[in-house]
Amino acid sequence: MLKILKYSFYDLIRSRWSYVYLLFYLLLGSVLLFLNNDLSKAVITLMNVIIILVPLIGTIFGVMYYYNSKEFTELLLAQPIKRSSIFIGQYLGVALSLTMSLILGLGIPFVLYGLFQSNEIWDFILLLVTGTFLTLIFTALAFNIALYNENKIKGFSYAILVWLFMAVIYDGLFLMSLIAFQSYPLDAFSIGATLVNPIDLSRILILLKLDISALLGYTGAVFQKFFGTNFGLFISIGTLSLWVLLPVLNIYRKCRKKDF
Amino acid sequence: MDLLKKLLFTLVLFCSFSITAQTIEVCNDCDVSSLKEAIKVSTMCDTILVKKGTYKEYNIVVDKPLTIIGENFPVIDGEDKGEIIRIVSDYVTIDGLFIINVGTSYTSDHAAIRVVRSKHFVIQNVVLENLFFGIYIEKSSHGKIYHNKVIGDAQDEYNSGNGIQLWHSKHILVERNIVQKVRDGIYLEFSDDITINENTSTNNLRYGLHFMFSNDDLYTNNVFENNGAGVAVMFSKRIKMLHNTFKKNWGTAAFGLLLKEINDAEIKHNVFEENTVAINIEGSNRVVYSDNDFISNGYAIKVLGACYANTFEKNNFLYNSFDVSYYNKINDNVFQHNYWSGYTGYDLDEDGVGDVPYRPVKLFSYIVNKTPETIILMRSLFIDIIDFSEKVSPVFTPDNLLDMTPQIKRYQ
Repeated sequence: MLKILKYSFYDLIRSRWSYVYLLFYLLLGSVLLFLNNDLSKAVITLMNVIIILVPLIGTIFGVMYYYNSKEFTELLLAQPIKRSSIFIGQYLGVALSLTMSLILGLGIPFVLYGLFQSNEIWDFILLLVTGTFLTLIFTALAFNIALYNENKIKGFSYAILVWLFMAVIYDGLFLMSLIAFQSYPLDAFSIGATLVNPIDLSRILILLKLDISALLGYTGAVFQKFFGTNFGLFISIGTLSLWVLLPVLNIYRKCRKKDF
Repeated sequence: MDLLKKLLFTLVLFCSFSITAQTIEVCNDCDVSSLKEAIKVSTMCDTILVKKGTYKEYNIVVDKPLTIIGENFPVIDGEDKGEIIRIVSDYVTIDGLFIINVGTSYTSDHAAIRVVRSKHFVIQNVVLENLFFGIYIEKSSHGKIYHNKVIGDAQDEYNSGNGIQLWHSKHILVERNIVQKVRDGIYLEFSDDITINENTSTNNLRYGLHFMFSNDDLYTNNVFENNGAGVAVMFSKRIKMLHNTFKKNWGTAAFGLLLKEINDAEIKHNVFEENTVAINIEGSNRVVYSDNDFISNGYAIKVLGACYANTFEKNNFLYNSFDVSYYNKINDNVFQHNYWSGYTGYDLDEDGVGDVPYRPVKLFSYIVNKTPETIILMRSLFIDIIDFSEKVSPVFTPDNLLDMTPQIKRYQ
């Protein structure tokens, strides 16, 4: 598995797209910092980017890589290698190279700017951790989708749909249910609904760390009380890990049964 | 300054009738070694000169027109036993004392200096530390509180007092004071025709400045920073608020300026910077807001309801999360000639006024008002999308709440 991981990883970091992705983050980070001069505001803007773009790129990249390397995968399948190592290796190769681009691309400008001397370092680390989780989650989802669909067009559309659902439609449903049940106590429900969607969970985790959380008022206080404790942090990291683990397990299960 | 001149004049006029005026010196090893003793031996219009030293005294009653001057800030230490100085006579001046350790009491509001039913008093250059109430003016008038420093150490709202409190008082000038870390920095109750100038009120537990049932007051050029909840003006009429700075009143229940049942006020040339809510308005009518700067606030203006015939004009709204939050669908307030940093229209005829009206109420702020829990969707992509579609074709937000003449350039 490690060999395949290594192969996919090197294959990917030599590809043009990884560089484009890396350059994009480098540029974004430096522009934000050197034009804005305010670390805390830069973290907010980055949050907006990360919770939208990272999942999108994760899904698209994952699906694309799977379909592109299909012939090579079939070649590998003819060899005496465990199926799970082939697919998990490929998945990890994609996810890790994307994560590396993200961490390097954002990390370098921030370190150059003097992050270690500032108080924002924990906010920034949280940003990178959620970014990493989102990459792992959405790449895994993408692999799942690709495994289930032989048809490329179908696969791509499902992938985009999943992203669209998580990033936009889910919040719309969430909003509508909050309005529909506004005469009931909604605290527990809204905490639950936030935990279920990794994009929402990442957004809230970062928002609560920033000054802007004061705007959230009473609801924010309820959230702060839940997520501010060790238990809340444990639960949120747990849910994010679960979001990684379940799709990966499904890749493992599916690839063993799949008929190529 | 007019008031000051008049005051001095009357003081001089009043005391010039007494021929026997003399100066009594108080120091730790003089004949007169305490302030109480000095007041006892003095006659009308005398000056008491308190030399540097520490005087452990409390319940000092000034019952005749006297001028008490401290030299190099002598310390009057109340040892937490109760009230320290009580003025019950007209024409009293207190200058340059350092008063510490006022006793805390829940039945009587102990103050460092209390003025009761007196006129023409002057309290200046006094430093107060470790206090319950600072300067407490009760049913008095025509006085002046100038250049004092009140530094509290309040921890909880329920067991702390106010820095400068005016109760049932009229025609008083409060100028150039610094008030820190008390409950309310400056508190006015039933006090009319008060002028509050150039004070700095910071880090207070509750409000920097607080009006209750006080009319015709003026406050200008003050700085209110980092208070629990900013400045509150409640149940008052004809208050003028000019050239003040409201800054960094940030927290879940904080705001820069709270208006409740305020009529016919003027709010002009103020700067509101980094407050959770810059102005929180409830039940206020015929108020004019003009030439203010709203910079980087959570909400610039939050209108809760029952607000009619208010005018918002020539203000700068810069980078606030929400410019205006509004509850009702009916709007009776006028927004005109403002500069909005969120304005994306154009100006084809180049007259400096945008050709497309600006809608300051976002759909999201409307939804949040209806269902407060939805605030947790803040900064979600979905919210940006619905805000945009509402901007294009308004359905929910009041359709006549718009600035027909948004400015292209900000006011300097």
